[in-house]
Amino acid sequence: MSRLNDSNVALAREIIARYPKQKSALIPLVHLSQQQNGYVTEEAMRHIAELINVTPAEVYGTASFYEMFRFEPTGKYLINMCGTLSCALLGAKQLLHHAEHTLGIKAGSTTPDGLITLQHAECQAACTEAPTLQVNYRHRFRVTPADFDQLVDDLRAGKLDNEIPPHGTLGRNRQQIPADRAVGAQHPDDVTSGPAWIEIVPAGGE
Amino acid sequence: MGAHGTYAWAAGYFDDGDRPQIVTSRFKYDDSYTLDRYHESGGYQGLRKALEMQPAEMADEVKKSTLLGRGGAGFPAGVKWGFTPAGVWPRYLVVNGDESEPGTYKDRLLMELDPHQLIEGCLIACYAAGLSQCFLYIRGEMALAHERVAKALDDAYRAGYIGKNILGNSFSVDIVLHWGAGAYVVGEETALIESLEGERGMPRVKPPYFPAAIGLYGQPTIVNNVETLANLPFIAANGSAAYTAIGTETSPGTRMIAVSGHVKRPGVYEIINGTTTFRDLIYGENFGQGIRDGNELKAFVPGGGSAPWFVADQLDIPFEGRQASSAGSMLGSGAVIVMDDTTDIPAAALTLVKFYAHESCGKCVPCREGGTWLYRILERIVAGNGTDADLDTIREVGQSICPGEMPHAASERLGLDAVPFPYKMTTICFVGPSAYVPVHSAMTLFPEEFAVLVTKREVRSMIPVTAAPVGGE
Repeated sequence: MSRLNDSNVALAREIIARYPKQKSALIPLVHLSQQQNGYVTEEAMRHIAELINVTPAEVYGTASFYEMFRFEPTGKYLINMCGTLSCALLGAKQLLHHAEHTLGIKAGSTTPDGLITLQHAECQAACTEAPTLQVNYRHRFRVTPADFDQLVDDLRAGKLDNEIPPHGTLGRNRQQIPADRAVGAQHPDDVTSGPAWIEIVPAGGE
Repeated sequence: MGAHGTYAWAAGYFDDGDRPQIVTSRFKYDDSYTLDRYHESGGYQGLRKALEMQPAEMADEVKKSTLLGRGGAGFPAGVKWGFTPAGVWPRYLVVNGDESEPGTYKDRLLMELDPHQLIEGCLIACYAAGLSQCFLYIRGEMALAHERVAKALDDAYRAGYIGKNILGNSFSVDIVLHWGAGAYVVGEETALIESLEGERGMPRVKPPYFPAAIGLYGQPTIVNNVETLANLPFIAANGSAAYTAIGTETSPGTRMIAVSGHVKRPGVYEIINGTTTFRDLIYGENFGQGIRDGNELKAFVPGGGSAPWFVADQLDIPFEGRQASSAGSMLGSGAVIVMDDTTDIPAAALTLVKFYAHESCGKCVPCREGGTWLYRILERIVAGNGTDADLDTIREVGQSICPGEMPHAASERLGLDAVPFPYKMTTICFVGPSAYVPVHSAMTLFPEEFAVLVTKREVRSMIPVTAAPVGGE
């Protein structure tokens, strides 16, 4: 199951075709594999390497740089607790301690039932709504300890299934470029003259 | 849900028609992100206007508007476009939506609440500068922005605004939504390009890698911030004169500023550039409404986590780049973080030092090693286990990242004069210096708090950055 399945291979080929160079699709494809498997597996990275003509080491080399890629099984829900300045000023540390207490695990760990992974995170770009957290990269604002407990109850009861897809799914919808409208990737080796609308006035933009 | 349903500060704020609203004019609608609402409120009129002009004329309007880049450096966008070398094709547009600077969020709102405005801005830029493909790089941790922008792109393609022969013109361009995967340093434009090429997001050395000359795939590439591009529909539709009529000559238009921390009404406000002061923003009835609980202001970060701190002495400085730098800091990415007198200053600085140490990409030794040293030493000091020699070591490590005099604000209380921004640096990008800036500001402006920590042994099991407990605990 950890190679990309057929429908994801088709999707991968569509994504690859959007870029002038295949390697640009590396990060989107690692996301796609994480969406399929919940985390990034070695098999998936080998498969991605085949799809974009690089070595598996290059895929891992790039993927391991980025925080969102996880290389071990991860909870269905990844809760990221912000701890950067604006949140710290409004009780982020206390909230993280409360979260650890509620879940019975320390930040960086997963609950024994495999449902929730808790971790400390850095600034989530919602600083006016401190303290914040994200569940699978969906924000929760001005979180109190009671809010946190309610959130965990709701996740356990499956009440947020419509709102929060399982870990790995970044967007519930993804861009679809209609074939009849697409211009196509502009590869530096294929395109050597200015675009049509500029050729009319060569001074354009210069 | 729109701004009003999600954010307490948005209620009433965006309905106030007396303030100039260039980029937030649709935030008052619950369906602000839909194509229908965009059409009903003047959407894609800027693009139509642009297409009536020659590309060079449109580029000239942007130059005349003196629109300043909103990513942090504040460089005029029109001038940046002009740096592309003649006769080299293709050229690309890379949209920097990797907003991650501590304290900052405006690009996320612009993508979530008005994605068509951003798309229209991208199209105008591609038309004017002859850019034949656009990559819209969104920070990975912004799931809602991905969904909203993806839907908006789909709708705009179907409506004929993106793709082949836009609005029946010879102008044709694709906009590709690209997913980031979590790395602060990727907000630096050359690291963003590396990341978009499928590499680890490590900055390139400038020169020679100025993106306008040697960018994506080695081709001329314009990298613009989301907010910068979101201004273009207004400029195209109304002309540069309407834009420069707002704000001042050196800082025209408006800009979005997030005010967070210990103010009564934290929020993201569209302020008039150049004239609005920090006092207006922190205390003004339309903005922050003052310090919470009747407390006193202790310090504030004026331009995102990378910016040297200001104190009450600097409240009357306006949002104008030169005045901010001569006062010892920068306006940066448009983020003000306010700390009241209950704040434990060394612990507050520690959160930022930790952030930048964590986000070092590892390419430059002074940042990779120095950032971690700064973090570990400061953590030890805050925990009560530091010595006065540790303070010297912090300065020594700081000097290896930023040699020479370090910018800081003036303080009447301490009899200190300002040292103007910027600093010198031994690293390729600003991540390394940014690890030193917060602790340098804190030690310079509040030396007594560090003196207490290194002379009196205290047992601290937790680091209370603030005295205020969170509800219920």
